[in-house]
Amino acid sequence: MTAVADRSVGRAVDRIEGPEKVSGRAKYAYEYQADRVAYVAGVSATVAKGRVRSVDEASVLALPGVLGVLWHANAPRLHEVEDGELALFQSPRVAYRNQWVAAVIAESYAAAQEAERVLRIEYDVEEHDSLLVQGHPQLYTPEKVNPSFPSDTSDGDFDGAFAAAEVQLDHTYRTPAEHNNAMEPHATLAVWDADGGLTVYDSNQGVQPVQRALASAFGLEPGRVRVISPHVGGGFGSKGTPRPNAILAAMAAKAADRPAKVAVTRQQMFSVTGYRTPTIQRVRLGAGRDGRLTAIAHDVQEQTSTVKEFAEQTAVVTRMLYAAPNRRTSHRLAALDVPTPSWMRAPGECPGMFALESAMDELARELELDPVELRIRNEPELDPETGNPFSTRNLVACLEEGARRFGWRAEPRRDGRFLVGTGVAASTYPARRRPAQALARAEEDGRFVVRLMAADIGTGARTALTQIAADALEVALERVRVELGDSSFPSAPLAGGSMGLSSWGAAVVQACRGLRTKLGNGLPQEFHADTEDDVAGMQREPLARHGFGAQFVEVRVDVDTGEVRVPRALGIFACGRIVNAKTARSQFVGGMTMGISMALLEESKLDARFGDYLNHDLASYHVAVNADIPSIEVDWLDEVDEYVNPMGAKGIGEIGIVGTAAAVANAVHDATGVRVRDLPITPAKLVEQL
Amino acid sequence: MTLTVNGERIPLRLDTRTTLLDALREHLGLTGSKKGCDHGQCGACTVLIDGRRANSCLALAVAHDDAEITTIEGLANGELHPLQRAFVEHDAFQCGYCTPGQICSAVGMLGEVRAEGAELDEATVRDRMSGNICRCGAYVNIVPAILDAAR
Repeated sequence: MTAVADRSVGRAVDRIEGPEKVSGRAKYAYEYQADRVAYVAGVSATVAKGRVRSVDEASVLALPGVLGVLWHANAPRLHEVEDGELALFQSPRVAYRNQWVAAVIAESYAAAQEAERVLRIEYDVEEHDSLLVQGHPQLYTPEKVNPSFPSDTSDGDFDGAFAAAEVQLDHTYRTPAEHNNAMEPHATLAVWDADGGLTVYDSNQGVQPVQRALASAFGLEPGRVRVISPHVGGGFGSKGTPRPNAILAAMAAKAADRPAKVAVTRQQMFSVTGYRTPTIQRVRLGAGRDGRLTAIAHDVQEQTSTVKEFAEQTAVVTRMLYAAPNRRTSHRLAALDVPTPSWMRAPGECPGMFALESAMDELARELELDPVELRIRNEPELDPETGNPFSTRNLVACLEEGARRFGWRAEPRRDGRFLVGTGVAASTYPARRRPAQALARAEEDGRFVVRLMAADIGTGARTALTQIAADALEVALERVRVELGDSSFPSAPLAGGSMGLSSWGAAVVQACRGLRTKLGNGLPQEFHADTEDDVAGMQREPLARHGFGAQFVEVRVDVDTGEVRVPRALGIFACGRIVNAKTARSQFVGGMTMGISMALLEESKLDARFGDYLNHDLASYHVAVNADIPSIEVDWLDEVDEYVNPMGAKGIGEIGIVGTAAAVANAVHDATGVRVRDLPITPAKLVEQL
Repeated sequence: MTLTVNGERIPLRLDTRTTLLDALREHLGLTGSKKGCDHGQCGACTVLIDGRRANSCLALAVAHDDAEITTIEGLANGELHPLQRAFVEHDAFQCGYCTPGQICSAVGMLGEVRAEGAELDEATVRDRMSGNICRCGAYVNIVPAILDAAR
């Protein structure tokens, strides 16, 4: 593959939709207008398991402005629904507390909210089990873990090597349930045409999955459903799959015979839009006194729901990060009476690296070895799992550059009331790519339009794709307009798995290059590209493709309160060519910010008695605010990876959150001598030990 | 009732339960003010009421009959407000959903700092902007954007 000539790519370009966003003109799903629109509210189950016995429709139909009630006794039957979370009102079964079991339709938002509040529902209640505990009796081995990795792996003889190791480390780490909490709640406006076609304005990370789910649920050809989503207010994984709001809006619009819109409330987002599973992770490291790992085992217990299986790939990262001849990983799930967990920024790598990178720090302490040096000593030549070479792997360079820039390693010290320490952790994330299509068009006015089903959920994809297209066309940025977020455009995968730009950009390059061959034959001209063959060829190349990074943080721990502050953090990344230096920096910084938030604040607390996440709002589920993040510095190595896509780039949306929490925990240990193995690192876990 | 929004007096008939935020978004088509939580916990709905920043989701529209309300749509005067420009230049947002609230909040905050004669520095901005959550994590760009615009 040849690389695209550098012109726009690599520059720090302002976000193209920036002026629209800062002036309030950018429209998000719920903000589109439709005549006679009806307002719909989902009604949440108030029991954790059982059956809906009755819904007292009359109790709300008498209220002014209420148009109707939907529940399993009167809801239209859906055709095919693959995702159980989308099978709204198809059965009386309640699988978890706050599952939507009914909906109210009203003339106004206020009337819908009132009806939702007073609707009386009777249940037959069953015993529930909603709490993941270590060794839960229902644990089972899933057939695969997300998206398609084997559940368990074993190489060499872990037991023998671990027993024989000069140094053995065996600890259990825990991460709590965490909720994505994008700022824009999931929302859909649905409009049925006179001829039975459906148009929805929906907040999602990919219009195609929403289009397909709606088409199959309502028995339509996909082409009869149009999904429009030009601006999306964040997703972090929770909008990667269609959510019940899309089905409900379409169902209610059909039932009421008028356009209908639904916004999930912030409270409901803690139940019906996914979250990160809690994890219980046992990590065992066996090493020689020289720090070389001889054995690694990473065994994970986590949860799924009874509605559908989601198996987070928490231990998968341990299969490739460090060299050790004897390795074992496993995942076990318990299907509990809880909402279905789902993708949240770097599913698998994020919680898995908290455990692995904490354990590596513990091993370094045990060996009295610099934690940077320990990682360098265990740098593999080839991918330990497959034996394939890495396309590029610059973890060591990231560690070394970061150490130099951060001033690694300062001794821990006391500064008045504060204990000050520093910590480091590695970051990594797979560099994947999927087939995509794109259309490039040369207009008569000398401008170019590129269209594909891509999504810009805040990543800067629209801007980066414009840069990529401009370079492939060899024209100035200003002459190119990229249109995305519309299912009427050529097929392209969702924004997820850090493979959006990689997949879309390759299709855009192909489309623009193809279009150039047609220029000179009159205008307008179009070229339609499809990278399916290209991606198939790439997948046949025996290479391991991953991005890498190193994160360094400083913490100050208040000895009187146990409060941890992070005055500065530095991330150095090696993720191939950086397409837009401005928006890429924001992606890395955003990931690290969420990582600090995860380390210190985020925890969805399950009340086992009621089977509910207690802190289901932003007043009690804490995320980092401005005062929590004084300084994050980010930079990247000058890397080009020619084996992922023609831009030489790797995905960067998720790697920033990978390792951050471990770096914070390692710094807290450096400062205080206290090792916290269960996130978040709250004052209560420290104060009595200081 | 009459709402005065961005200098325009607009007669309205509203359900008394309607929040100022819903009046703006659902009745006046001013969707720049965002609904992130509807409980005053995220700041996405921040507008200026008589020059002071407020969570419009916690304000009942009928209680503001005589107030001057400024929303994100009212800040630009032909060209972008200096804070809006600075937010673009510093990439002080990603998804953009918290952004109108951040900017309105920053306008109000700068007014508060001026009125108090307090010192405007990074720490002040960070503390006083902590009622506006940005889940994309743009805080380290928001602070210099605000300081730049204030200069």
